[in-house]
Amino acid sequence: MATDSINWFRFSAPASFYPLAGKMIPWFGWAAAILAVIGLYVGFVVAPTDFQQGEAYRIIFIHVPAAWMSMFLYVVMAFWSALALGFNTRLSAMMAQAIAPTGAVMTFIALWTGAFWGRPTWGTYWAWDARMTSELILLFLYLGLIALRQAIDDPRRADRACGVLALVGVVNIPIIYFSVHWWNSLHQGATVSLTKAPKMASIMLAGMLIMTFAAWFYAIAVSLARVRTIMIDRERGSAWVSAVMGSGYVINASAGSARPGHPSRG
Amino acid sequence: MIEFLAMKGYGFYIWSAYGVAALALALELAALRARRRTVTEEARLTSPDAPLDEPGAAQ
Repeated sequence: MATDSINWFRFSAPASFYPLAGKMIPWFGWAAAILAVIGLYVGFVVAPTDFQQGEAYRIIFIHVPAAWMSMFLYVVMAFWSALALGFNTRLSAMMAQAIAPTGAVMTFIALWTGAFWGRPTWGTYWAWDARMTSELILLFLYLGLIALRQAIDDPRRADRACGVLALVGVVNIPIIYFSVHWWNSLHQGATVSLTKAPKMASIMLAGMLIMTFAAWFYAIAVSLARVRTIMIDRERGSAWVSAVMGSGYVINASAGSARPGHPSRG
Repeated sequence: MIEFLAMKGYGFYIWSAYGVAALALALELAALRARRRTVTEEARLTSPDAPLDEPGAAQ
């Protein structure tokens, strides 16, 4: 193996991840903003009216990306929770904690925009069908994780409790995904599938995929910003946080790594 | 422009969906910013070597 390769494990320490995340946030944030503008332009100006659903289908450009992200973020959150439970790593637990609010927002947007798509298309804002009910349970899982964390004062105990709940809740993700196959659902079947050709015009698909990347980059930027706040909050009083606070927000990697942080509590 | 906003009668549904989605994202960003301010202020007060009287420190 090459001896001069980057030691990625260095960034598993909050002190060295903090400045790295700070450098990445503007890139992901601007990428999200630019892609959202392009995606909305494609969705509202370039893409034609749908021959079946008329203009109402244009909700797809926010609904589907938000719904995908709501499920994808849960899986990512569960992945970090599993790492935190298995290896007792601080940063993994903080990443899981940082993703939950963004996941909840994406789930809310998916449910809300779905209701306002369902009303003109199926004649109802809401139905207790499999797809919608399981997505609502996903929202409750996210809110439950946030509430559970706030109910436990010791952050490391909260990490373990939330980690277990997040892993148990993962079973809901395949239920949401396959619900339109398993049950006779009011929700339409998958428009885009990994195995079949998409059942939509390619320009509509392009708009939806651009919006999906925008949602993805938004989620990365916001999660990184939130994990930085969580790091400061939880490692308050440690040498690296003091160094960061003392340097007037001019964060540089050397200040972080020269004085590795130790948790003040515990 | 009016015609675009009307969305052939679907304007209410489309703009309710997009408007509330935008509001949700804006609230998330505002909450995160407020939380970051609180946390950095608290951390600054507990950091022994941090200058407390630095101008513009509470940003």
